[in-house]
Amino acid sequence: MIWALKCRRCGEPAAVNMRQHRFALCGEHFLDWFISQTERVIEKYRMFAPQDRLLVAVSGGKDSLALWDVLLRLGYEVEALYIDLGIGDEAYSRQSRKHVEQFAAAAGDTPYRVLDVKATYGKSVPELAHEKRGRKVCSLCGLVKRHVMNRLAYEGEYVAVATGHNLDDEAAVLFQNALHWQTGYLARQAPVLPSTHPRLARKVKPFFRFYERDTAAYALLRGIDYIYEECPYSKGATTIFYKELLNQLEARSRGAKQQFYLSFLQARDEQGLFGQDPQELELGECENCGQPTTASGLCAFCRLWEGR
Amino acid sequence: MYRDKEWDLKGGSTARAAIKKVDLDPEAVLVVRNGQLVTDDTILAEEDEVKLIAVISGGLGGYCKGGG
Repeated sequence: MIWALKCRRCGEPAAVNMRQHRFALCGEHFLDWFISQTERVIEKYRMFAPQDRLLVAVSGGKDSLALWDVLLRLGYEVEALYIDLGIGDEAYSRQSRKHVEQFAAAAGDTPYRVLDVKATYGKSVPELAHEKRGRKVCSLCGLVKRHVMNRLAYEGEYVAVATGHNLDDEAAVLFQNALHWQTGYLARQAPVLPSTHPRLARKVKPFFRFYERDTAAYALLRGIDYIYEECPYSKGATTIFYKELLNQLEARSRGAKQQFYLSFLQARDEQGLFGQDPQELELGECENCGQPTTASGLCAFCRLWEGR
Repeated sequence: MYRDKEWDLKGGSTARAAIKKVDLDPEAVLVVRNGQLVTDDTILAEEDEVKLIAVISGGLGGYCKGGG
């Protein structure tokens, strides 16, 4: 006989079973738990203080809209940033943007800003990838977003940029970096990336301890209308495959993903694995835009647009 | 129901068993039965309408967060 799981707090039928924590909760108590866990993580990892101004990077997806929602409910002074990359002949980006606009309206016209890459720099990310043959859209996309987020965070004097990375994202990146023994990346991967230069934004990931299914459950239970379709460029992505592999491991051994990532952080920080401290990275300033860069002369972003 | 796919299954088994039966990964979906999120040990009835919500997202290890 299989008994339906009950909420650990009230005994009602559970909506979310968190095998990694060995308990289940009903919808109402899950929403409360999710918010208080986020708050605990923000405090424990000293991500930011109650009075700090934050920029939250939103995509219209479940994780970033859930993060925006939770930060607003916790009373933080938060403004969202949507970067319109012009994906899917611009249709995918338009659709994603609509979800961001709808969320902001439903949250009482909470402030957000949009940076349209094509309108600002002259080309969308796919157009840029087409021009730069041999450069992958995903890699250019990451580069453009990092630049834009950092620039706007600096100009707007925000204390930190918050992103919706969850534990599955972090574990998949760790898996990828470990497979290739990318020691530089392994040294830097963290839930808090400190500002190591006056023009480098502090980056924080308040959801880094939540499984992806739990952020999806939060968005569903809260009634957040997020974009369900995947970015057309993410189809068949290697890291989605890594997430699937890690889920197979999780099915065999509950809590495996959590242990993989959290034990990595502990081993690295306590035992000094991979040596290089992020503080040691020497940063100069791009001679065009002034943003921090490890390159001499132009930063990678400005080099993209050079000679055009 | 999962994305644009639909199946008709017999009642009496758990959602987890049904998910495995249609070759999906129980870790990668949430179960919505008749509009309500439920845990995957829930026993389904023949007349239940079940929607499976995919939870895996993002390429590049989720580093495609914060833009669209």
